[in-house]
Amino acid sequence: MPNAIQTESAAGATTLCNAPCQARLAVAMSGGVDSSTVAAMLHQRGQAIIGLTMQLWNHRRLPQLQDGGATQHRCCSPDDVYDARRVAEHFGFPFYVVNLEREFEQSVIRPFANEYLEGRTPIPCSLCNNHVKFDSLLAMARQIGAEKIATGHYARIRFNTDTGRRELLRARDESKDQSYFLFGLTQEQLSHAEFPLGELTKQEVREIARSLAVPVAEKPESQEICFVPSGNYVRFIEGYFQEQHTALADDPGEILSTSGEVLGRHNGLRHYTVGQRRGLGFATGRPMYVVEIDRAQNRLVIGEDAALHSTTCEVRDVNWIAFANPPESIEARVRIRHRHEAAEAIVEPLSQEAARVTFREPQRAITPGQGAVFYLGERVLGGGWIR
Amino acid sequence: MDDGAGAPVEGLMIYLDYNATTPVDARVLEAMLPCLGGAFGNASSIHSAGQRARAAVDRARESVAALIGASPAEIVFTSGGTEADNLALLGLAAARSSQTKMHAITTAVEHHAVLNACEELERRGVRVTYVRPGPDGTVDPDDIRRAITPETILISVMHANNEIGTIQGVEEIGRIAAEADVYFHCDAVQSAGKLRLDLNRLGVDLLSLSAHKVYGPKGVGALYVRPGTPLEPLFFGGHHERDRRPGTENVPGIVGLGKAAELARAYLDEDASRISALRDRLEAALLDSIPDARINGGRARRVCNTTNITFAGAGGEALLIALDLEGIACSTGAACSSGSVEPSHVLTAIGLSDDEARSTLRFSLGRETTREEIDAAIKVIPRVVERIRSLSPRTRAVADDGRVRTVPVR
Repeated sequence: MPNAIQTESAAGATTLCNAPCQARLAVAMSGGVDSSTVAAMLHQRGQAIIGLTMQLWNHRRLPQLQDGGATQHRCCSPDDVYDARRVAEHFGFPFYVVNLEREFEQSVIRPFANEYLEGRTPIPCSLCNNHVKFDSLLAMARQIGAEKIATGHYARIRFNTDTGRRELLRARDESKDQSYFLFGLTQEQLSHAEFPLGELTKQEVREIARSLAVPVAEKPESQEICFVPSGNYVRFIEGYFQEQHTALADDPGEILSTSGEVLGRHNGLRHYTVGQRRGLGFATGRPMYVVEIDRAQNRLVIGEDAALHSTTCEVRDVNWIAFANPPESIEARVRIRHRHEAAEAIVEPLSQEAARVTFREPQRAITPGQGAVFYLGERVLGGGWIR
Repeated sequence: MDDGAGAPVEGLMIYLDYNATTPVDARVLEAMLPCLGGAFGNASSIHSAGQRARAAVDRARESVAALIGASPAEIVFTSGGTEADNLALLGLAAARSSQTKMHAITTAVEHHAVLNACEELERRGVRVTYVRPGPDGTVDPDDIRRAITPETILISVMHANNEIGTIQGVEEIGRIAAEADVYFHCDAVQSAGKLRLDLNRLGVDLLSLSAHKVYGPKGVGALYVRPGTPLEPLFFGGHHERDRRPGTENVPGIVGLGKAAELARAYLDEDASRISALRDRLEAALLDSIPDARINGGRARRVCNTTNITFAGAGGEALLIALDLEGIACSTGAACSSGSVEPSHVLTAIGLSDDEARSTLRFSLGRETTREEIDAAIKVIPRVVERIRSLSPRTRAVADDGRVRTVPVR
């Protein structure tokens, strides 16, 4: 390990088990630099690891979506599996590709597509974390003899001795923090997860990758949802339903202003998302945005920027991380989408699974289907899906 | 929980996947080496270097012919079993393409080399009947007979199944084909070296072989073609292999296949009795120590080396990986379909549910399998199955008179 960055800071007594880990760890490897570096760090530390790459989606299924050139920035492409395998081969630890296409379709793709048709804007990464990566893959990891699964997520886990609960914390590197996508993890899932990058910055991860000669150290990052490399969700969903022999009726309807005035017609609600400005098809002089998608009446409500702002939302399927039973009212900062700056709010649990969020200041484009994640300082208290 | 095993160490592996491929026999390697060194001639060249290569190919052809009771001129060397199957099916159909309506008969449990070639035949306008097997994996020859129509040009039935090892009634099917004057192809890739192959008893017109399933090298196989069988080539080039398979002869591969065929013939009986005893020992021990384990195709006559077992409630992929980490190499089905989401077509064809098919492992033994290896596997496999069952999301623990056991959910 020539001139290696000290990885102790990465170990961060809070995120890795305190005693030297003798048990085997599985590493979820996407072929990207983050998870490859996790594997390299653990391996160099003498940890027995098994690399696992999830095969989640067969890109041959919807060939019409393959725009040339998009092939290198997607997961499950032969290139990414190749990269992950190359890293494992380079360091000499066991590596397997695990086929979870069925689970992924059932738990992520289908809900994603259905949510979209319902006029909501879902986040598949959270669904995948909850139901595939920290469920089916974790189960597989444990079945093949690993105690836990380590991933390349930028987030931290800490055991709170007072409450006896495992807490989810934001990453030290705020700009890379991925805790938003992990709000659904249960105590059981957190107790079998490790995030070795939580204390590191992206820059440090790159440097470690270089110093350990990780074969993918210079690989560019992908930003898009893995199964929609082009970023065009509507085309994906249309292609998917076509493949499933489900006819998607083009169901045109009215476009209304916030005051109820008919402004025009839309060509099917699936083409729109809350907060969208472009593609509304007419000019009014002032910028207009999608304010509401009214699925029940097949109407699109548009308005000026001010109309997009609101102060409350209800959240369903709440997962509480910090408490077994939430208090009646919680002052927190709430993030309503990835990259949204968490805003001050009161969170009032309505039941064990639902909550009302009331922001101190109106928030722009609170979008049904996205996650609302409650933070207190660096801790993720819990989160749920915006109704 | 800690099973104490480190990463699998090469050489310490217990290899139980001989149906996927076999190690090259040392004697085969020895026979091949000169062709990769000084004896590099092109078998089609006129000079003496070429003649030496030609002689080596000729000897190999004789030895492959001897394995199946054929004449050397009836052997066409190919790049492997897949090409042999494709050449047989597509080549015969192409030669009969003046016939306006064509029909072919095969079974639902063939290797993908045959099934996917049949799909290609369908795209070329040939109607194909896929005869379904019974629950033991064998097809009823009468079902083949009943499927024959005046348009039928070809019957293709494998000798031994690669996944479950069951042996088809090829001799009877051969008689049926001869009576109906229909050409008969047999994929014998998995039976060569395990069963006596006598062309005249089998009554085949075309028969596929592969070297790497019989301790020869990968990338070489052969198709037996009975004289008079119409066959168009798949490729175009030189006049090699009597115009049936152009391309410079793969001399080292062909020599390897020849040596492997010679050894297969010499060791057939010895291998079969020793290996079947080990297979039976493994099977009996696993059935005895693992609840809810079931042999697939176990009621039929099977080749000596294969056992295919469903471990209800334990995922095959997890079993395969966990066993590999313990140093035991086996398979969830055909290697070609491993990593695919579709459950094995063979297992579903014999009536297994998708979940059952996905909870199945194939162990295939071979010439180098030892009693010690089998005894070690007998110790490891039950422990791994139990662990996977206990951690399976598809199973849950139930207390039964104070005794906890796991049962499948759903």
